Parts: sequence; structure tokens; C-alpha cells
Amino acid sequence: MSNYYTPHTEDDIKSMLDTIGVGSIEELFKDIKGELRPKSFNIPEGKSELEVLTHFNRLAFNNCAGIVKFLGAGFYDHYIPSVVDMLSGRSEFYTAYTPYQPECSQGTLQAIYEYQSAICALTGMEVANASLYEGGTALYEAAMLSSRLKNRNKIVVDSGVNPIYRQMLHTYTQNLSMDFVEISVSHGRSTRSDMLKYIDDKTACVILQNPNFFGAIDDHSDIIDKAHSHGALAVESVYPISLGLLKTPAEMGADIVTGEGQSMGMPLSFGGPYLGFMAVKKELARKIPGRIAGATLDTKGKRGFVLTLQTREQHIRREKATSNICSNEALCALRAVIYLSVLGKEGIRELARLNHDKAEYAKEKIAKIKGVEVKRSSPTFNEFTVLLPKNAFNVTEGLIKNNFLAGLPLGRYYKGMDNYLLVAVTEKRTKQEIDGFAEALGKAL
Amino acid sequence: MKIPDNLLYTKEHEWVLINGKKAKMGITDFAQEHLGDVTYVEPPDDNKAVKQFEMVTTIESVKAASDVYAPLSGKVTQFNSSLEASPELINKSPYEDGWIALIELSDESEKKNLMNKSQYEEYVTKLSTRE
Amino acid sequence: MKLIFEKSVAGRRGVTLPRPDVPKRAIIDGKYTRKDAAPLPEVSELDVVRHFTNLSRRNFSVDTNFYPLGSCTMKYNPKFTEAIAGFPGFTELHPLTSHLGQAAMLVQGALEVLYYIEQLLAEITGMKEMTTEPLAGAHGELTGIMLIAAYHRDKGNKKRFVIVPDSSHGTNPATAAIAGYEIISVPTGKNGCMDMESYKAKLGKEVAAVMLTCPNTLGIFNTDIKEVAELAHRYDALMYYDGANLNAMLGKCRPGDVGFDVVHLNLHKTFSTPHGGGGPGAGPVGVSGKLVDYLPVPKVVRNDNGTYALSEKKPKSIGRIAPFYGNFAVLLKAYAYIMLLGREGLITASERAVLNANYCLAKLKDVYELPFERTCMHEFVISASRQLKHGIRAIDIAKFLIDRDIHPPTVYFPLIVKEALMVEPTETETKETLDRFVEVMREAAKLAEDDPEILKNAPTNMPVSRLDEARAARELNCSHI
Repeated sequence: MSNYYTPHTEDDIKSMLDTIGVGSIEELFKDIKGELRPKSFNIPEGKSELEVLTHFNRLAFNNCAGIVKFLGAGFYDHYIPSVVDMLSGRSEFYTAYTPYQPECSQGTLQAIYEYQSAICALTGMEVANASLYEGGTALYEAAMLSSRLKNRNKIVVDSGVNPIYRQMLHTYTQNLSMDFVEISVSHGRSTRSDMLKYIDDKTACVILQNPNFFGAIDDHSDIIDKAHSHGALAVESVYPISLGLLKTPAEMGADIVTGEGQSMGMPLSFGGPYLGFMAVKKELARKIPGRIAGATLDTKGKRGFVLTLQTREQHIRREKATSNICSNEALCALRAVIYLSVLGKEGIRELARLNHDKAEYAKEKIAKIKGVEVKRSSPTFNEFTVLLPKNAFNVTEGLIKNNFLAGLPLGRYYKGMDNYLLVAVTEKRTKQEIDGFAEALGKAL
Repeated sequence: MKIPDNLLYTKEHEWVLINGKKAKMGITDFAQEHLGDVTYVEPPDDNKAVKQFEMVTTIESVKAASDVYAPLSGKVTQFNSSLEASPELINKSPYEDGWIALIELSDESEKKNLMNKSQYEEYVTKLSTRE
Repeated sequence: MKLIFEKSVAGRRGVTLPRPDVPKRAIIDGKYTRKDAAPLPEVSELDVVRHFTNLSRRNFSVDTNFYPLGSCTMKYNPKFTEAIAGFPGFTELHPLTSHLGQAAMLVQGALEVLYYIEQLLAEITGMKEMTTEPLAGAHGELTGIMLIAAYHRDKGNKKRFVIVPDSSHGTNPATAAIAGYEIISVPTGKNGCMDMESYKAKLGKEVAAVMLTCPNTLGIFNTDIKEVAELAHRYDALMYYDGANLNAMLGKCRPGDVGFDVVHLNLHKTFSTPHGGGGPGAGPVGVSGKLVDYLPVPKVVRNDNGTYALSEKKPKSIGRIAPFYGNFAVLLKAYAYIMLLGREGLITASERAVLNANYCLAKLKDVYELPFERTCMHEFVISASRQLKHGIRAIDIAKFLIDRDIHPPTVYFPLIVKEALMVEPTETETKETLDRFVEVMREAAKLAEDDPEILKNAPTNMPVSRLDEARAARELNCSHI
């Protein structure tokens, strides 16, 4: 048996070929002439399920995944309640496709509608889409939306925006005439004077992040006002868990909100699948990329859900579409809405509080280490920068032996910051782990 | 299908009513029927300058988006704002309540590039039989 | 069914959080905090479980229904791959681990996965090298077109246009436009493939690329494919292969061998990772030798001592198109699937997919219009134009199938066929399932003549009847909040 999943018996094949009127399966491929046939197809022979499982067990074992993580940098080790896996693992959800036929896809459609509602609840915005690939592409889509809408090509970016996302923005726009102005950060936060200076009438949008890459919390209202006074849009990239506590981007006046939704019930899984979210003010609803679920009525007046505003999309607009995106991360969006539902209104606040408190405790512990300075120029959420007396990259190497991923050495992304370490503390880190980490860090210096 | 005789028509199924330097435009009955339920008409920018047969705006129906072209060159002076709340006016009353824009004309002689009722009727009949 | 928000009762809780084991801190300065709590639902864990379990029952899915949605390859998704993707050794791995000192040693298993999936996909497609970064098919397309743009930029070529056939997926022209190119559309000829005369007339030195799906969206293999590629290459236009329909081609024809320079794959189609209700997918991209230098970073490499590392040393690379290495868990599942099937299993998959499609076609072509009378590959397109004479459209037939517990085929695509119904049965379906599908399709054709009202009123067995899509678009309501 060469393929466990093809159910055909010899008799089936024979009778089917008779119906078709050919003598063999190979005859069905007669259009592919000899010269078009593969030069090679060297794929190993098949294996049994047990053999494959054993192989991947070995590979998984070769990863030290269980190491205690103080590493975040936009991707966090949060607790995932068991119901998230159980419910999203129902195959009625995960073996369905994009809900093109709404009558037999109400499960997916209503879940997406609820997800969109939950994103609006968190961010304070009016319209959310059904999700995008991940936070970086969501940010790129926001920049493109702004540029298209304003017919301008200058984009002012705060360097407190995740450097990985900024690299992606450059990659995506290299064939387009985009003018990026990056404003450097001072004392861990947006430099007001430069920000305000560079936003002008040519600016399509300003891109900000809160908390920023260094974990610092800010109120960007003044920068956003300035952008609006020049007819530019304000894009805010946010960390959803922090919104349990922090001022919403809507309260600051942002026009477009994006972010990475991994922290809402997605495992780290070495980089994906994750969840990009995007929410906008109502007047931008028709400009937003990606799918949107909307409520409507059926022929009998009963509420139901459909994919709506589809005329923005590639399958209708082709080269005039708002984006080439034709899927969302539906299963990840489902995980997020289940996660947010079990947390609820109080739970998300408590969770944010817990993250903040543990990070503050870790700050105090680490600040006591001789020769180490915890940057305190601005308040932080659950992540903060630490200045070490020596190269941070080398220090993290030492701490791996103590079973700690100590944080992200910042030198790779920020010039002159070789001795800085970005430390994240989620609700999963116990007091004991934090104490142990501080002790090990002290010894490693 | 209605084709009023006081209007001029384009091959892209817009109609125009010319009154001196001013013109009112919309899409024809034939066009609205093909589009199906109209869900949105994009308001053009104020005072947008348009050239004959260039795009003025876009009309969206449930599963199609169609560009609307200017029958004549000029400046868009007004958009039919009742379409914002009631885009279905295009379906219900394509030649009256569902008008789309007023244009201040820059070159009246362009009229010669448009069809009259009988020419448009013939044009549409030809299209329908080809289908 | 009520929304989870409508089930909310103040004070209800659905989860226990880790106990606070550190002292409570002063709350953050009020100017940085939100005024009101986020209005998320307040429900118990059981409320949530019941709600989403019941929602799941309002879905058709491969595990519950035959799902012959054309161009989407809704085949059975093996369960053991889910188990593998759930191993904590993978799920708990932070993607930035390798940014720490010597930490590449902590992720050797994951890097080995990436290294081998690239090797396997390159061999399956006949391409020189792959990148696993793209997160979906359309994302792979964008990556591919960006690679082509980088190539032309590097060579100093002045290119403006991308050629696509009028039967192409909408993503092809959308992608090329987003990457800054203008589109030239080529009509379909009488044989169901791109019209060669028209193609030749439109080729020129300003053409950057030709984007094709093969077999095309009509399910037809383009026998001129080699000539198409040779002509394009004369103008240094690169050939782009949309891998959406690769499920017909495994071991039968490799894009790399017939002259393609870029290929994107949809792992959720051909390699059986679940579609998830619309994602996550994965869209690895393969390239010919011409484009290897421009592939995104980071790249997994194997060191001489057999260990694996991530390299960013690619001066001509287009850069990063995703934060990390792609949708890793999806790549894992595809790798496991390929490993289990092996060479013969993959070939069998394509053979049976083509067998199943031709079988359904043979049993339907007397009652439905067939726009192009040819042997199909893994899918075929029929038209409801005969039924239209009785006022029945493709959508009515689709809705009737729902009442018979069958997910409808793709309707109204490709755009060049009127009242199109695009059927892709996939290889994992039994003859009995196909026979029942054929029976229901024939019943629909008969009802179109005898009792069209039944079709027009369908579906009647679902939680909702036909929905007012115009209302949804006019009176936008996309959030309960």
C-alpha cells in the first residue's frame, strides 16, 4: 500500500477507468509528454506512522524547549488555558476552509465575528478584520493602506517599533518608491522633538508601538495629533495583553491599530503560525485589507453571518485589490477569541496586572546586582532593558547552562547597545524562577 | 429596460444629461441590472478634475466592483450624497434619484463621442445577443 | 445562536490565572492606563466550551462532509501530523532563541526540520533552492514576484509588465500590481489554455514575468508549457509557477524541469495541512539558479560537522518577508506527511486525484455543459448554462448540495466560464462518495427542469437560509462592541 489515505480498491480503479473510457491511470496523464516528465523524483520511500512519530520525537528532543524564558521581544511565553487547544482542535473548525458558503459555515463566520468584536473591545477601535498573517505583515498592510489613501509616500517610523518589523517594511517596499524616515529613541521612548519635526504634509502615516520594543509605555496622543494636523494617519502597533491595563490606541486617537496576536493563546512554535490583527476607525472600513465577517439577516429574518465588503479583495478586484491577501489566520483567530472569552473582562485586567507586577519584582531583584543598571527613565509593562557591565550576548551564553534564556541581547538590532539585555517577565515566571535568574545573572558577570 | 431619449450614453453604460456648461451623470438601467444590488458608491474627491472616459468613481455590488467613467471632461462639482445612505437608489431609479455626480464641463464638443438613445439601444442589443 | 458576548453576566469567570506570588505594585500612572475595562464577555469555562462546541457543529468540514471545493484541495488531513506539531519540544520553542549566545544548539531539531523540508520540496518541484518563510500561498506569490523584481533590478533590466492568463487566480494580478507591475492579460484559447498567438504578440522586452498555474484553473495541463517558457526567457522574462494545482503533478511533471524560475506551494493544499477555516497556511517558494542569491534571510545551513545554523550572509537577499522561518508548525505537518507517504505515496496521491476528477467528469458531462472537452487533471470546470435556461444559476445548485450535506464546488470561478462550477474531489474520497455526489448533481440538473423552486429556496436544512449579502455590505456590522 503506497498511500494510506487513498481508499481505492483494485475493483474501484478498474470500474472507474471503464466509466472514463481509458485503459489505465497513466493514460489520463497523456498530455504530459515525455520531455515534460521529471528528470528526477528522489524522495525517500514511505514510512509507517510509528516510524514517523519516532523520528519527530527525536527531533523535538533535540530542542531545549523547556528552558525558562525571560526572552520576549514581541513574542511571549504566556500560559494557554487547556480549553483553547481542546476547542480549536475540533476538526469541524480546523478541516473547514474559508467560509465562502455562509449557510454551512456559520460556525467559522460567527467565531470570526466574535473575534473581531473582541479585538474592538481590546483596542477600542470600531472595525477589525478577520486577521492577517502576523504582526509584521499587518504593519506593512497598514503602511500601504495609509499611502494609498493619502496618495503620499513618506512614512515616519519610530525606532521603538520592533526592528524585525522595520526590516520587513523595507523588504516589502523596495520595488516601490517609499520614503521611510526612522526616528531614533531617546531615554527609551519616542523622541518628541524629532517626531514632531519630521511629520509634514508629505507624510502618509506615522508608525508607533506601545509598549515599544524596549518595553516602555507611552501616551502618543501628542504625536498622533500632530500627524492629524498634517492630514496624515497614525498607526499604532500594540501588545494585546498589555491592553488589559494600558491606554487604548483609540483613546490616543490612532487611525489604524495592528499587532501580533501570538500572546492570545498561540504557542511560540518557533515562529508560527501566529496572528496579525488590524482594527481601524469606521471611516476606513472599506480600505482595510483581508477578510471581514459581517452580520446580516437570512430570508426569514434570522441573524446570520457572511464575509462582507468582498469587493475590496483580489478574487473580485484582481489587480485593483486593496491587498493580495486571500486568507486569514482563522484558526489562530479562533484560538484568540476562545482565549479572550475565558479570560473575560476581569481576567484580562488581572493578567496584565500580574505581568506588570512580576516584571517590577524582577526589575528590583536585578537592580540589586552590582554593576547592573535597570533603565528606569520610563514606566514599562512586562519587559525592560538592563545595562550589563559586559557584552550581553556573551552573558546569555553563560546563563543557558543555568537553564535560563536570559533575554534578547540588543546589540544585534541597535548600534552601540552591545551591553544591553531586553528582559521579559510573563505570568508564567514564578518568584522562585525570578530569584534564581537574578542570582545566576549576578554570578555570570 | 429603460433608455430615456433626452440623454447621451457611453460604451461603458454611463448616461449624461447636458444643460449648457453643466451636466448630470449616472449609470444606465442596463448597467445597474448587470451589477446587481449596489452596496456602495465611493464619493469622488471634491472638485476632482476628470477627462472624458476616465474613471470618476467606483460602484460596488455584493460581488463586483466597477469603475464609473466620466462621459465628458470637466470638474466634479457635486456628488449625490443620498447615495451614501441609500446606494440602492442606483438600482431603483438609475436615471433620476440614483444620479451620481454633477460635472462642470470643460469641452462641450466632446458630445460627438457619445451615443444617442437609438445608437445606445442598438449597442446594448448587440451586446445582449452576443451573450 | 447567541453571541458569546450576549451570554455575558457580570462577575462570571472562565479561567484561573497563576497565583500572584510577588508583592502587588503601585499601579501605572493613570495617564498611561485605559479608562474602562475592555468589554470582553464574562462567562464560565463551561459557557465557553458549550458555545464553541455548538458553533463547530454549524460548520461543514472535511471531517464531516465531502468538500469538493475546486482549487482548494480539501483532502483528508491525517491526524498524526497534529500530534507531531503539538510536541512540547516544538510548541515551546521561542523563535529568537538562536539570537542568544550559542543558542543555535538549543534548536537543532527545529533547524533540521527546516533544512529537510526545503530539500524535499526542492526535489518535488525540481527547483534549485527553497525558502520556507512565506506564510500563505498569496504571501509566497508576493515573495516570488519580489525575487523577480530584485533579479531585474540587479541586472539593470527595465521591466514594467507581468503577463497573466485571464483564467488565473485573482491573487496573481493582485500580487504583481502590489509589487509595482502593470498587468497584461492574455485570453484563453479554444483548447482551454492561454492563447499562444496572443501571448506571442504581448511578449516583449519590458515583460518582467509570466505567471501561470499548471494545470490551469480549468484543470487543463498546458501542453505548450515548454514553448511558453522558452519564449519568455528570450526576453529575460522569468516564469512564475502558481503551485495551487500541484496536487495533480507529483512525480508527473516538475515546474523546474519545464522552465519555471519561481514556484510557490500551498502546503495546506498539496501537502495536506489543515485549512483551519481559512488559515494558517504556508507558502514556501522555490527558485531556479537565477534567483538563489535573492532569497530571503535568514537561511538554514548545514555545517561541515553536521550541525545546523541560521545564516544572514546573503548580500543580495531581498531581506525578511516574515519575522522568522515561516509557519513552522505547518511546515512540520507537511514534512511529516511527505515522510509518511514517501515517493510512491506522493505519486499515488496525484494519480488518484486525477482519477477521481475524471470519474466525476465522465458521469456529469451529459447533464452539465463542459466548456472545454478534454481530459482533466485533478479538477474540472462545468457550467450551469443549460440550467440557466430554466432560471437556475450555479449558486442555486451550490445551495441545493448543502441541503444534501455536500459542500458545494467553487462557483463563478474561473471568471471566463459563465455559471462555473469547479469540482476538485481529491484523492482521499471513496468511489461511493463520488457516486453519491454525482447522483445529487444529476438530481439538481433534473430539478432545474422539473421543480426549480426547490433549488431556488435551498438550503432549508441549515441553521440559516440564504443570507442577505447586500444588507451586510450596505449596513456594515462587523463588531458587537
